[in-house]
Amino acid sequence: MKHFLTILSHEVRMLLVSPNTYIAAVAFLALMGFIFTGILEDYSKAVMDVSPASVFFQLYYLPVFFMVPLLTSKCLAEERRLGTIETLLTTPVTTTEVVLGKYGAAYLLYIAFWGSTSGLFYILKRFAGDARLIDPGPIVGGYLFVSVSGLLFVAIGVFASSLSKNQSVAGILSLTFLVALIFGVRYLGGVSWLDREALAPLKDAVQYAQINQHFQDFTRGVVDTRELLFYLSGTVLALIFSVLSVEAKLLHS
Amino acid sequence: MSALPPQPAIEVTHLVKAYAGVLAVNDISFTVPKGEIIGFLGPNGAGKSTTMRILTGYLPATSGQVSICGYAVASEPDAVKRRIGYMPENNPLPEEMRVSEYLYFRGRLKEIARSKLGSRIDEVLELCDLKRVRHKIIGKLSKGFRQRVGIAECVLAEPPVIIMDEPTIGLDPHQILIVRDLIASLRGRMTVLISSHILPEIEMTCDRVLIINQGRIVAEGTPEDLRREVLGQSAYEIEAAGALGSLPFLLGTIDPGLSVASEGKADAQGFRTIKLKTLNPEDAGEAILRACLSEGLRVRALSRAHPTLEDVFLAATRRSWDAVAENPKAKGQG
Repeated sequence: MKHFLTILSHEVRMLLVSPNTYIAAVAFLALMGFIFTGILEDYSKAVMDVSPASVFFQLYYLPVFFMVPLLTSKCLAEERRLGTIETLLTTPVTTTEVVLGKYGAAYLLYIAFWGSTSGLFYILKRFAGDARLIDPGPIVGGYLFVSVSGLLFVAIGVFASSLSKNQSVAGILSLTFLVALIFGVRYLGGVSWLDREALAPLKDAVQYAQINQHFQDFTRGVVDTRELLFYLSGTVLALIFSVLSVEAKLLHS
Repeated sequence: MSALPPQPAIEVTHLVKAYAGVLAVNDISFTVPKGEIIGFLGPNGAGKSTTMRILTGYLPATSGQVSICGYAVASEPDAVKRRIGYMPENNPLPEEMRVSEYLYFRGRLKEIARSKLGSRIDEVLELCDLKRVRHKIIGKLSKGFRQRVGIAECVLAEPPVIIMDEPTIGLDPHQILIVRDLIASLRGRMTVLISSHILPEIEMTCDRVLIINQGRIVAEGTPEDLRREVLGQSAYEIEAAGALGSLPFLLGTIDPGLSVASEGKADAQGFRTIKLKTLNPEDAGEAILRACLSEGLRVRALSRAHPTLEDVFLAATRRSWDAVAENPKAKGQG
């Protein structure tokens, strides 16, 4: 792991000098600001019983769907397309270090993007003057959920990027994986044929993987270790598959 | 490893690499002593790049053994990667980085101490004549500069073994000269393995040449050895006029193997260009000239033809193709 930090700092730097990052950041903040204003407008019309933060974080999947592909689709696909993976892997660096370094950089940026939305809450606190609107519980829970689930989402993006040489194909793949994970599993949770006795273990597994349910728990302040384990193990698995995918493609190149 | 005192820098024994049933490299063996510059020649698809990739540990071999400075590539890839500088074919570089940034990043990956890295980068920039572009973005550099960035990166960590896949591709003659001097300056300090299509290039820089075709080594040796071994003959060209009918007999008196290979048409002054060949490597120019003059032939010019490496290359690869056509299992060693 000697080279992990070298690669990480290099990748962060590359992301920071790339115009793509700023386009993604602007698009992200515009969308989040738009959603936030919409929520506040609703709140100004009628009294609601949940805090605006939990409504705001409920739409976590929107930015996930376009930001994760934007941040990660390039990382391994571009290396393979340009052939720089060859020069990279002929230095004393392991594939694991390369994948982890790129993953770390994308995750840091993902967190930084989400972190910038705290400005919205600051503005609300500064100008609304209504303590009921700023409930720290859901805000902390929301950010915690975003950072924990982000581990898995970004890892899935890195995995998708390892599958293709083409950046756009990688982007679409990661979007597909993310939609399948968030909405596909939610849909499976509702289908009736899974209710059969014989399929009970499968049903349990589907219930366990309900990301929306995890979100509800986090914003209510329930941090379940099984849920943490779900994200951590999913992340590790996606990263192991990325490493294997990069190495397998070398063997067959 | 119980190595002999002068441990070879690169040692390849019975290397085989198969891609989906196709043999890209078929039982290659060679050794490169320390400090030697060795040229790797071969037509496209001969297995040059594959061999180089296996040497760097980037690709695994199907069978056979490869070791760099005594470390087996298969079992100690990290030790090997610390000892090589590798420039792949087409020299891939990240587009968005600046030259000095790129070298810094690569230096850190190659485990050069941070305190030494700055001065080392200055050194290689100077060496490769890149000082002017050190703050430029690599994607905006011309081909020649990019190529030199690749070479600078290659020698950055002062590895004992340097492997370059077509380093002079796409360079103009002036830049080729710079690269050639650069490679020549590494002679003795580093072992350099370069592949190239530009044959005079290899001939001028390399101590030894390996010609590879269809995954096999078809010829090996110094450029002079190869000439003698592969072509196996000397050729002379003489422009003469007079009674040329007696020439074959005359030549026989000098050297029984000497014969007329071809005879040109007489020009306005009656001179013909006659090509002679012999298996004898000794220079018979003076004897030919004296014999011709003593017979009253008028001689305008006499020269000994120097076969270029190109001729050797063509002859060696053709010979291996013939061998393959006759017998698929024919041995490749020339």
